[in-house]
This record gives sequence, structure tokens and C-alpha cells, in this order.
Amino acid sequence: MNISRKEVGDVASPAGLDLAPEEKEKIFQQFNVILDYINRLKELNLAGVKPTTHVLQLKNVFRKDRSEKREEKLPAEVLKEAPDKAGGLFKVPPVIKEEG
Amino acid sequence: MNYYYKMSAAEAARALQNKEITSKELTESVLERIEEVEEDIRGFVTLLDGDEVLLEAEKIDQARVSGEPLPHLAGIPMALKDNLCTRGVPTTCASKMLQSYCPPYDACVVEKLKESRTILMGKANMDEFAMGSSTENSAFFTTRNPWDTTRVPGGSSGGSAALVAAGEVFFALGSDTGGSVRQPASFCGVVGLKPTYGLVSRFGLIAFASSLDQIGPLTRDVRDCAMVMEIIAGHDPRDSTSAPKEKEKYTEYLGRDIKGFKVALPRDCFTEGLDAEVKKVVMGAVGKCTALGIEVEDVSMPHMQYAFPAYYIVSTSEAFSNLARYDGVQYGYRADGAGNFVSLYKKTRSGGFGQEVKKRIMLGTYFLSSGYYDAYYLQSLKARTQIREELQKVFRDYDFIVTPTSPTVAFQVGEKGDDPLTMSLSDIYTIIANLAGVPAISIPCGFVGGMPVGLQVMGRPFEEGRIFQFCYALECLLGVRNQLPETGVKRGGTVV
Repeated sequence: MNISRKEVGDVASPAGLDLAPEEKEKIFQQFNVILDYINRLKELNLAGVKPTTHVLQLKNVFRKDRSEKREEKLPAEVLKEAPDKAGGLFKVPPVIKEEG
Repeated sequence: MNYYYKMSAAEAARALQNKEITSKELTESVLERIEEVEEDIRGFVTLLDGDEVLLEAEKIDQARVSGEPLPHLAGIPMALKDNLCTRGVPTTCASKMLQSYCPPYDACVVEKLKESRTILMGKANMDEFAMGSSTENSAFFTTRNPWDTTRVPGGSSGGSAALVAAGEVFFALGSDTGGSVRQPASFCGVVGLKPTYGLVSRFGLIAFASSLDQIGPLTRDVRDCAMVMEIIAGHDPRDSTSAPKEKEKYTEYLGRDIKGFKVALPRDCFTEGLDAEVKKVVMGAVGKCTALGIEVEDVSMPHMQYAFPAYYIVSTSEAFSNLARYDGVQYGYRADGAGNFVSLYKKTRSGGFGQEVKKRIMLGTYFLSSGYYDAYYLQSLKARTQIREELQKVFRDYDFIVTPTSPTVAFQVGEKGDDPLTMSLSDIYTIIANLAGVPAISIPCGFVGGMPVGLQVMGRPFEEGRIFQFCYALECLLGVRNQLPETGVKRGGTVV
């Protein structure tokens, strides 16, 4: 086994997922098959090799630094996609716990 | 009923320009074809209203009659993979997460196709968030292969490939992260290109793995592919990874002499896992290259076997980051009953994503977590460097690398089951092009048991023109171009 059930369970929270027990079990099984295969990468001696994050050696592209006048409210066509909204803004449940 | 839908896009464009047919007639032909076969193929997630599409065709016809100069592919019906943003038209990624999402803007390629006056027929099915190789991971339904509807069309751009092969559109766009244009092109007997990384703007392409994703055409033949590339290629300042290159007149390469080209045949691709019959067809096509005055030599690419593991780590890690945006706040699905923000996030994602997407997000999270980062993520980036250098070395001596596109022909729906590896291994020959950022095309090269076989040709970065030059000659030689399933589609294996 490359990974334990507990380790798989621990990954769910930082992944932003709540998994049902049967989902967790299935992913646990698949993780082990995949890691078995992927571990062949460890055979390679890659000391001193530079990592490639990107194939094009491009420099960062900056836009001009100038102020732009923006509407205070979101455009209607953006807002219309929101699952919940109020007063021209996106509406979400409480982010900070109430006292008491 | 007419058979205009059987023409290639270039043939249809010529007929339009010569005023032999109208765009309305062409669109009607396609609509009739859709009526005839779509029930069995199920390539469209969203099919636009036929009357509105015909209205657009009529406008183009009027413009043509009045002598207005029109772009080359004006009035040609096409489809877009459903991860390309289309203003006012649902863009779902075949996910419950985006089922009702209607983007407020067009992707760069969509803008360009609109400027070219091509006619959008609808949005094509895919594996959810482009994660898969068969469209079986679509949250809605599985698309069927027009050559045999008991089989998959490949994926993730399976809807796009099936629609082109079934004659429901003249061409389509897909996206390719590890083979998602080329593998379905191979399975459905059409041409599919993954351009050089950075040649086509990703602005408005819903991201899966940003350092690997490229948009590419699926077409009936090589000429059509070159023509679509002439529309969609080119620099776009809105994509920071867009290469500062101007597009070329790719069609000018077609018909040029190809004598003296050198082709490398990596023997590492012709071993374990390659179906014997597929091998025979591919080798037959390769053998014919010599008749064109092409030099073909065996090469060794020992790092090939590390491409799949490296790809799996890089793609899932980037997906983990890219898919963090689906939080149920600004757009898309939101789960009910969340008492606080964290629970909203988790409930929304758990309810909105399908099994495969969740698995890949989980893997990405794992590979990036402290303690595993060096062993997996960093190791995969270093392996990527070596794979890339190995390819560069081959390209110093050879113009092209030729392989099968996929180790088998299209498999049966449900055949691969839940095994996480067998499915992905159908992309084993295609992923190196994504890791190295080089262009790669799949063209039909024959059949095994009535199912199409694809030949992959990889080239040097930004040498799409030479790939077209070579493949156009090969296509003429092989005599396999714009072949649609003859008598309509097969229902459960029997011809109707």
C-alpha cells in the first residue's frame, strides 16, 4: 500500500471536498493503483536537472499601470450568473462566526 | 435530401464562393443530418435553434449576393467543445457545476470564428472538465462513435470528433491537455491537431492544466485543418502564455514537395500495449512514406515511459489549482443548506463535481502537499525537462516523429470500467507533445475491423506548416480523407 485510508481522508479537506464513505473508499483504491504506476518516476536520478514549469520561456506580461474608472456595482450580465445576490453584490453565508 | 454535409469544409467553401450552393442549403443539409443521426450519436450538449441558425446563414447568403467580401469559411456550420466560452450560450464543461452557466464573454477563438462568419450549430459533449478519454465522464451522457455506436468516440473532445465524423458539422474545435483532440480524432477517423503551446490563445478556454492545455481543430481532412488554423492561430495579449508569433498562411504549404524530410520512428512506442493490428496498419502507412522519398529511421526515446507518470502529476496538480475557483459564489452550482462559508465551499464542490474530477483534485492536493512535493511534483517537473530535451535531440536530426495516435481502436462503451490506468493509457503516445509543448496531429491511416486508426505526427515548435505539408502528401498517398461512415450510423452494430 502506498497510502493509507487515513491519509486519503486527510487530503479531502485541503482539496475543499467532503467525501461520502463509499467515495472515499473508491478513491483510496484508485490512489493506490495510480501511485504504484507513478512511483516509477522515482527510479530516475534527476539530481541537478532544472524543473520545467512552462515550455515557453516568456517574460511576465504587465499591463499599463493606470487608474481605471469602474462601476461600483457589478455588471448585470456578470451578476445574473450568481447563485445568490443582494444589492448588486454576491451573497454568501457568514464567513466569520458570530460571538456567543 | 441532399448530401452537401458530406463535403469537406474547403469543398463546401468553394461551392459557396462559386455560388453553386447557398449557405442556407448547406445548413439545411446539416440540420437534416443532425435530425437523422443525433439521436444515436449524442454529440451535442447544446444544439442551437435551427431557425436562428438558418437566419444567420441567410444573412451570409445575402452578403454574398450583394458582393460583400467574405472570409474564406463564411457560412460553414461548425461546433465548439463545451469548455470554450460562448457569450449567451450555455458553457457547461459537461459538469453539474456549470450546467446553467452562460458566459458573459466569448473565448478568443470564438471571437475569431464569429469574425470569420462561420455558423455555430451548438456545443459539443466532452468528459467533465476535459478529464477523461471517452466522454463517459460527462455528467450528462456518453457520446457514441459514428463508426459503431456501441463504442466510445474517445475523449475528452469526443463530442467534437463524433460530430465531424457523423457529418453533423464540417469542423469543430476541441482542447488537448494530454491527447484530448488527437485520440478522439483517431477513434472517429478525422484529423485532429494540437498546436504548439502558445500558438492559439487560451483566453476563454475553461482551464484544466494551464501549462499543457491547447485548443485545436477537428476536421475532415488536412486542408480543412490548415484553414481553421489560419483563423484561430495568432498572438493574443489577454493570454499571458500566448506566443508573440504571427500566424502563417498554412494552406500555402499544401502540395509542396516533401522529398528529403526525415522521419523518426521511436521504437519505444511499438512495444508493450500496442495492438498488433493497429501496429500493422501504422507500419503499412509508414512504409509508404519511403515511396514519397522520405527517410524513415528507428530512434530510441527511453524517457517515453516516464511521460505518463509526469503528466499525471503535472496535470492533476494544475487542476487542483485551476478548479479551486468553483466555490458556489460568482457563478455555477451552489449547494443548499450551508451554514457557513467553508461548508458552502465543500458542499458545493462535493455536489457539483463528478467522481473523476474529485479524484484528480484529490491527487493534485496530495502531490502538492508538504512532504510529497519534492518526491512527486518537483520530480515530475524535472522529468518533464528530460523528456523535452530528449525530443529536442531527436528533432535536431529529424523533421518529424511518427507514432500510432492510440494503442488501440475505439473501445466499447463501459469496457474500461473503473480501472484508473487502462483508460488513461490510451493517451500514452500523445502526452509527450503536451509536456514538451510541440505540435502534433492525428490523421486517419486505415481501419482495423471497420474502425479507424490514427497516425500521429509530431513536429518542431511552430512548424505546423511543415506538418501540414507532410500530412497532406501522406493523406493523398493513403487515400483516407473525409471518409464518413457510409450508410449512416450503426445501431448496436447493425447497419440501418
